Amino acid sequence: MLNEYFSSVDLLVLKPAILLTLFAIGVLLTDLMLEPEQKYLNAVMALAGVGFAAYSLGPWPLGLQHQMGMAGADALEAFRGAVIVDSFGIYFMWLFLIAAALSILISIRYLEIEGEHRGEYYAIMLLATVGMMILAIGMDLITLFMGLELMVISIYILTGYLRRDRRSNEAALKYLLLGAFSSGILLYGMSLLYGLSGSTDLRIIASSISQRPAGDPLVLIAVITICGGLFFKIGAVPFHQWLPDAYEGAPHCVTAFMSVGPKAAAFALLIRMFLVPLASVRDVWLPLVIGVAIATMTIGNLAAITQSNVKRMLGYSAISHAGYMLLGIVSGNENGLKGIMIYLMVYAFMNLGAMAVIVAMRRKDIIGDEIDDFAGLVYKSPTAAVLMLIFLLSLAGIPPTAGFIGKYFIFLSLIETGHYGLAVVAVLYVAVSLYYYFQIVTSMFTREATDNVVPALSPGIRLALGVSLAMTLFIGLYPNPIIEVAGNTVASILR
Amino acid sequence: MSNGYFENYIPILLLAGVVTLLAVGMLLLSYLLGPRRPSKEKLAAYECGVMPTGDARQRFSVKFYLVAMVFILFDVEVIFLYPWAVIFHELRMLGFIQMILFIGLVLPGFVYLWRQGIFDWSETDTSEWPDTPPVTLPGVSLVVPNVVQEATPFSGGSQ
Amino acid sequence: MVPLSYYLVLSAILFSLGVAGFIFKRNLVTLFMSVELMLNAVNLSFVALSYYFRQLDGQIFVFFVMVVAAAEAAVGLAIIISVFRNRQTLNVDEISRLKL
Repeated sequence: MLNEYFSSVDLLVLKPAILLTLFAIGVLLTDLMLEPEQKYLNAVMALAGVGFAAYSLGPWPLGLQHQMGMAGADALEAFRGAVIVDSFGIYFMWLFLIAAALSILISIRYLEIEGEHRGEYYAIMLLATVGMMILAIGMDLITLFMGLELMVISIYILTGYLRRDRRSNEAALKYLLLGAFSSGILLYGMSLLYGLSGSTDLRIIASSISQRPAGDPLVLIAVITICGGLFFKIGAVPFHQWLPDAYEGAPHCVTAFMSVGPKAAAFALLIRMFLVPLASVRDVWLPLVIGVAIATMTIGNLAAITQSNVKRMLGYSAISHAGYMLLGIVSGNENGLKGIMIYLMVYAFMNLGAMAVIVAMRRKDIIGDEIDDFAGLVYKSPTAAVLMLIFLLSLAGIPPTAGFIGKYFIFLSLIETGHYGLAVVAVLYVAVSLYYYFQIVTSMFTREATDNVVPALSPGIRLALGVSLAMTLFIGLYPNPIIEVAGNTVASILR
Repeated sequence: MSNGYFENYIPILLLAGVVTLLAVGMLLLSYLLGPRRPSKEKLAAYECGVMPTGDARQRFSVKFYLVAMVFILFDVEVIFLYPWAVIFHELRMLGFIQMILFIGLVLPGFVYLWRQGIFDWSETDTSEWPDTPPVTLPGVSLVVPNVVQEATPFSGGSQ
Repeated sequence: MVPLSYYLVLSAILFSLGVAGFIFKRNLVTLFMSVELMLNAVNLSFVALSYYFRQLDGQIFVFFVMVVAAAEAAVGLAIIISVFRNRQTLNVDEISRLKL
C-alpha cells in the first residue's frame, strides 16, 4: 500500500537529507546527557552524520545515480517530480557536505573559547545543510521555498548564536529582518509564477511562460521580484548591505560556514530558476544581471579596500566574488556555468581555509579579526602566515592556486560570447582585489608583532586547514578531474 | 454585475446599521439618564473582587515570552493536522504512519525544550544575563525585563 | 462571484503596504509586522489563484508559508529580545554598532 505513494527512489534520493536530519535530532538529544567537558562529542556525532550522508551519496561524483542502476539516465525523479536528483544536485550536495564538515571542524575550539559549546549549534548547522540540499535538488516552488527557509532560518540563529555579544545580536537582527523581507519578495514572485501557470512545478511553469507574449507585464514583474529575492540571497548589489554586517558580527566559524554553504545553495537556486522557469525570458533578465554583476564587482572590490576588519573585508570580497560568478550566468554557455560550479567548489576550500586561520587567531580575550591582529604573524606562527598567504592568493585568483581556475573559465566564457567589455572590467577588478588582500599580507609579513600570543591551532583547525590547503593547491595544479566533473554536471542541466 | 451582485450585500449593510444604532443608542441613553455618583471604589479597576495592586503595566517574567514563542511554533504544527484529520479515513494506515513520522520529528524538539527547563516557571536564575535595568519604551506598551528577578508568576506579583 | 483580479489587486496593495512599512518604520516590532503583512498578502493571492484554478497546490503552499512565517517570527522575537537585553532599545537607527 505504501508503494502507491512512495517508491524506493523517493527514499534513496532523500537518504542524505534524512540521515542528516536524524543526526541533527540525535545531537540535540544526546547533548542533554553530556557533561560540559564532553561537549566535543557533539561535534564528533555531527561529523559522523555528515560522513554517513556522504557515504549514502555513493562514490564521487555520481554514486547515487549509479546505485539505482541508472548510470546512463540524466536524473532521478522522486516525489512525483517535486525533487529531481541530477548530477547538478549531487555536485552541490557534495559541496554542502564538505562545507559542513570543515565548518564543524573549526567550530569546536572556537565555541569552547566563547563558552557557548552546546549541541544546538551542530544540530542547527546540520539542519541548515539539509535545507541547502533540498534547495539544490528541488524542482517545485514549494520544495524550493521550504529548503530556502530551512537554510536561512538556521543561519539566522547561528549568526546570533553568541547571545551576550552585541555584534552577534545586531548582525543576526539585520540579517533576519532583511532576509525575511527578501523572502517575502521572492515569494511574491513565486505566487506570480503560480498565477501564470497554475502549477508549482518548475518545468510546467517554464512551458507556460514561454507561451506568454513578449513583454507581458506580469512576466516582467515576476522576473523582477524573483531576481530581487535571489540577488539578495547571494548578496549582490544593491541588496548587499546585510552581508558585511552579518559576516562581521557572526561568530568566526559561522562566518566561515555562511560564506560558503548558503552562498553556494543560493547560486544553485539562482541557476535552477534562470535555466528552467525563466529560460525563455532571458532577454528580460539578462540586462538586469549584467548591471547587477558590474555594480556588485565595483562595490564589493572598492568597499573592501577601506576595511580594517578582516571578516568585514572578506564579506566585501564575498560580494565581489558573487559578481564574478554572475558573469558566468551572463555568458550562460557551457564554460560559463562550468566556471560557476568550479568557482563555488574552489571558493569553499579557499574561503574556509582563510576563515580557519582567522578562527585560530581567536584566543582568550583576543577577537583576532582586525588587520592589526595579523601584524607580524609570520614571526609568531610562520605556518599560519604562509597558509593565509596561499588562501589570499587563491581568493585573488593568482595562477598556481585553485582560485585561478574558476576565474579562468568565467573569463573564457565571456570572451566566447563576445562580452569583451565585461571581461576587461572583471580583470581590472582582480587587480584591485590584489591590493586589499595584500593589506593583510603586508601586515603579516612586514609589520612588527604587537603581542606574542601565538594562534591556537587545535587538531580540528589543523585538519580543516590541511584539507583546504591540499585541495586549493591540488585543484590549482591539476584541475582536470574537477573540470571533467563540472563539465558533466553542466551538460546534465543544459540538456 | 447589475443582476443583484451588490444587492446581495444589502442585508449585511442593514444589519451593520442596526447594530451600530443600537450600540450607540444604548450608550447614549445610559449616559444621559443614569445617575453619576463616583466614589473611590467605583473608579477602581475591577480585578475579580480582589483589591487592585499596582499598575497593569507590570513587568512579566521573561519566561512568559519563551512560552509564547514555543506556543507559536507548536500551535502552527496543528495546521498540518487539520487537513489530515479531515481525510483521515481515506488516507488510512499510510496517513497515520506519515503523521506519526511528523509528530516524531516534532517531539524531540519538545523533549529538548522540556529538558532545558523552558516549562519550569518557578525556577529563578539570575546568573544568565548581565544585570541591566528595565526601561519603559515610549510607544511600546510591553516592558521586557532583563531577568526573572522579582515576581515569579505564582507568588502574587511584586508590590 | 468576486472576480479574481479583485483579490490579486488587494493582495498587491497589502504587499506594497508591507514593503512601505518595512522601509519607513523604525520600530523593530513594526518592521516585523510589515514582513508578516507581506507574507499574508502573498498567501491571499495564492488562495485566490488556487480557487481560480480549481486545484490545491496554492492552498498547500499557504500552509507551508504560514509555518515558515511562524518559525521566522519565533526566531525573530528571540533575537529581538536578546538585542533589547543588550541595548535597551528597539529603534533600528540606534542599533548600529556595525557600520552600514
